Amino acid sequence: MKQIKIGHISEIESMRSRVITIEDTEIALFKLSTGEIKAIENKCPHKGGKLSEGILCDHHVFCPLHDWKINLNDGLVQEPDEGCVVSFRVEADSESGDLYLYMEDKAYKAS
Amino acid sequence: MKKKLVLIGNGMAGVNCIEQILKLDPNRYDITIFGSEPHPNYNRIMLSSVLAGDADINDIVINSWDWYRENNIMLHAGHTVNNIDTKRKIVSTESGIKAPYDEVIIATGSLPFMLPLPGADKEGVIAFRDIKDCETMMETAKTYKKAVVIGGGLLGLEAARGLLNLNMEVSVVHSNKILMNRQMDETGGMMLQKELQQQGMKFLLGKQTEKILGKGRVTGLRFTDGTEETADLVVMAIGIKPNMAMAKKSGIEVNRGILVNDFMETSIPNVYSVGECVEHRGISYGLVAPLYEQGAVLAKKLAGLETDGYTGSVVSTKLKVSGVDVFSAGQYWDEADTRAVRVQDEFGGVYKKVVIRDGKVVGAVLFGDISDGARLFSMIRSGEDVTGKEKEILLGSGGSAPSNHDLIASMSDDEIVCGCNGVSKADVVNAINEKGCTSVNDIKACTKASASCGGCKPLVADVLTYVLGADGVKTVKEGICGCTTLSRDEVVAGIREMKLTTSKEVMNVMGWNNPEGCSKCRPALNYYLGMVWPEEHEDERESRFVNERNHANIQKDGTYSVVPRIYGGVTTPQDLKKIADVAVKYEVPLVKITGGQRIDLLGVKKEDLPSMWTDLDMPSGYAYGKTLRTVKTCVGSTFCRFGTQDSMAMGIEMEKRFERLSTPAKFKMAVSGCPRNCAEATIKDLGVVAIDGGWEIHVGGNGGTKVRVTDLLVKVKTEEEVLEWTGAYMQYYRETGKYNERTAEWLERVGLDTIKAALEKKEDRLALVERIELALSLTQDPWKEIAETDKLRTTFEQMPVPAMK
Repeated sequence: MKQIKIGHISEIESMRSRVITIEDTEIALFKLSTGEIKAIENKCPHKGGKLSEGILCDHHVFCPLHDWKINLNDGLVQEPDEGCVVSFRVEADSESGDLYLYMEDKAYKAS
Repeated sequence: MKKKLVLIGNGMAGVNCIEQILKLDPNRYDITIFGSEPHPNYNRIMLSSVLAGDADINDIVINSWDWYRENNIMLHAGHTVNNIDTKRKIVSTESGIKAPYDEVIIATGSLPFMLPLPGADKEGVIAFRDIKDCETMMETAKTYKKAVVIGGGLLGLEAARGLLNLNMEVSVVHSNKILMNRQMDETGGMMLQKELQQQGMKFLLGKQTEKILGKGRVTGLRFTDGTEETADLVVMAIGIKPNMAMAKKSGIEVNRGILVNDFMETSIPNVYSVGECVEHRGISYGLVAPLYEQGAVLAKKLAGLETDGYTGSVVSTKLKVSGVDVFSAGQYWDEADTRAVRVQDEFGGVYKKVVIRDGKVVGAVLFGDISDGARLFSMIRSGEDVTGKEKEILLGSGGSAPSNHDLIASMSDDEIVCGCNGVSKADVVNAINEKGCTSVNDIKACTKASASCGGCKPLVADVLTYVLGADGVKTVKEGICGCTTLSRDEVVAGIREMKLTTSKEVMNVMGWNNPEGCSKCRPALNYYLGMVWPEEHEDERESRFVNERNHANIQKDGTYSVVPRIYGGVTTPQDLKKIADVAVKYEVPLVKITGGQRIDLLGVKKEDLPSMWTDLDMPSGYAYGKTLRTVKTCVGSTFCRFGTQDSMAMGIEMEKRFERLSTPAKFKMAVSGCPRNCAEATIKDLGVVAIDGGWEIHVGGNGGTKVRVTDLLVKVKTEEEVLEWTGAYMQYYRETGKYNERTAEWLERVGLDTIKAALEKKEDRLALVERIELALSLTQDPWKEIAETDKLRTTFEQMPVPAMK
């Protein structure tokens, strides 16, 4: 597990998202209305839609292509659709506001 | 230690059985599955939808790769088992994998039956059985024109329909004189043939193929009567045969299929078989419902539960060809000891026949109207006595016919309601009792019943009524989305009366189920708030759909398209040059003239959008929004010899006046300079047609999915009046339309007379115009705003990640 500094909490607006790319993996970062940051792979398991462009509602995002609903806590696709997106742990340093993302050393690849 | 269970065959029957075992006793077995195809388990029945273009291959996967992983199933996809060593209890594959077992299930399904014709091995001769066949057909359709399908049964007709959708010419060869003769009688077959001919299919009936012609690739067919037919592709779809070679070789008893008893046991202990490869009491089934019923019995047996065994199935079929409804079940043909009730309406294209023997319904054929299918099928299965009530079965009655209630009551719990998705009556009942489903849609969302072909909807509705009672199935009040039961009008009234100005307030005050709403209500609320309180409500970008948030149209690959404003479709060499320069500079992959008389730059990267807009220095064309799109115009009196008015100037004026304004759904306009109507104004949301000495205003048209021709709203004399009526009409739509409701639907919902009455008086029109002008005065060009505001601009860029240590 490695810790990667990815930026500052102020770089993302509330209820919006930003995108980062780490080792060829595009990751969508979301700032929930609570101020928490969530990170998932920026690719809907259905047709590869960019989840960063979806509408964020509490800790769920709706894919902009076909409206699949994805839980940002665990990456699980909500019923009645099925599937899973890779999710990442992100922490904000409570003093500096710097964001750190945790990633397995060898990026997990979905088959 | 867990026992080892091996499944040979990764298809619908076998995997469904495994699913049921996992439900009954999830920890009993270590499970290994072998499958020849390199895919997870998919819904073979839906292959015809893939060909028809209604679904793609991903849509028909039933068990995703993740499902196997989550259930700790070892899956060997793409490995064909070639032997079972039943003494040492080891399964082995061609590729050399060996897997020991305690119990093994053979579910190898069936193979397409290929006629052993001379030339059948030529290139371009295929079956219609798996994903690979579908891919071949789609590929062939790109370069070849003419397809011949051998087989006029269910499978053949579905293949033929799919090939028509791929723009091929299709002829269907059938040895019988009647199409679908294994499911249809002559009358039904004739009606079916007529319908399919209208769809463009050609038929060669009563013909036997003798030889397939061609050198390397097929070029045609010759029939036994000496005639020939050309073909670039031949699809053999005459039937299937149980795939039992491996079982036979391994010493398991077979006849036409792998022989099993009522408990799905083969001749060898610990070896079971389910699905199309099986012969049970002399019958091999090729439809999904019986296979699921077999699987259910075997699952109970392997989970160590009591079961009465499998005693055979009555089957029903449904043709999955759009626009043609066919249902057939049981014994549809007449015999000496049967009598039938028939209804035939050649004008309405409806045919119904119910076959009765000894007072019991034994079969049915329905064509054109299959709504009785589920009910008839239940009657066949229950075998109840209908003596004296025969006519009422089809013709209706005063209530003495067997009620749906009784039919549902007589269904056993594991009887399949939805064949496509293998949902049993018990699954539906549980969804109602335990998950609180109260509508067919709820059940669909919960269980996927009726989610595929939709044929079982009436049956699902009957189960619903049976469980909840007629009064229990409340017509649940449908709110604007799943977060609320409030209607559009109630929400808007609340916003006005309580002076709510943010979505958050609306959701708090009006008791939303989800604290932050969903993708349906959030954009809707943002619209309603902006419409009611144009000055007080601050537009919520986070509630806008991606296209409106980014002011560009997202494409399937995540790139965007850019359409600058070209008022009235009238441009200048300078603007064209500017657009061309920008397209070159940003290496735009595709430049297209749109249907709305402007230019679309497609394939633009998100991060390039703001600088592209700056370079263009043209207003946004709003080609992405629920707002005024374009005003299409014809040349009009300026140049055209027929033109009676200056349609270009009128269109430009209208587009400039009403651009940027949010409307419930997109809003398209057009102005034609004379009644020849070259700008196609009568299929627009609002179309203006010049007449001698004045203008006609037409409303509520649509040229999309459901074409609707406009209704005439009013005839006026002057340009000012056109603008006044247009403004008043648009504002009335803004104030009364539902979010996402186009004017065509809106007009039909509220009625043309209501709209006319609302706009009739001059003072009412002026009040509406005043309100629309206020809203218009608050808009600004979004491209300029974003390009010039750093905070907005950065949302278009990726976040730079500091270099890693």
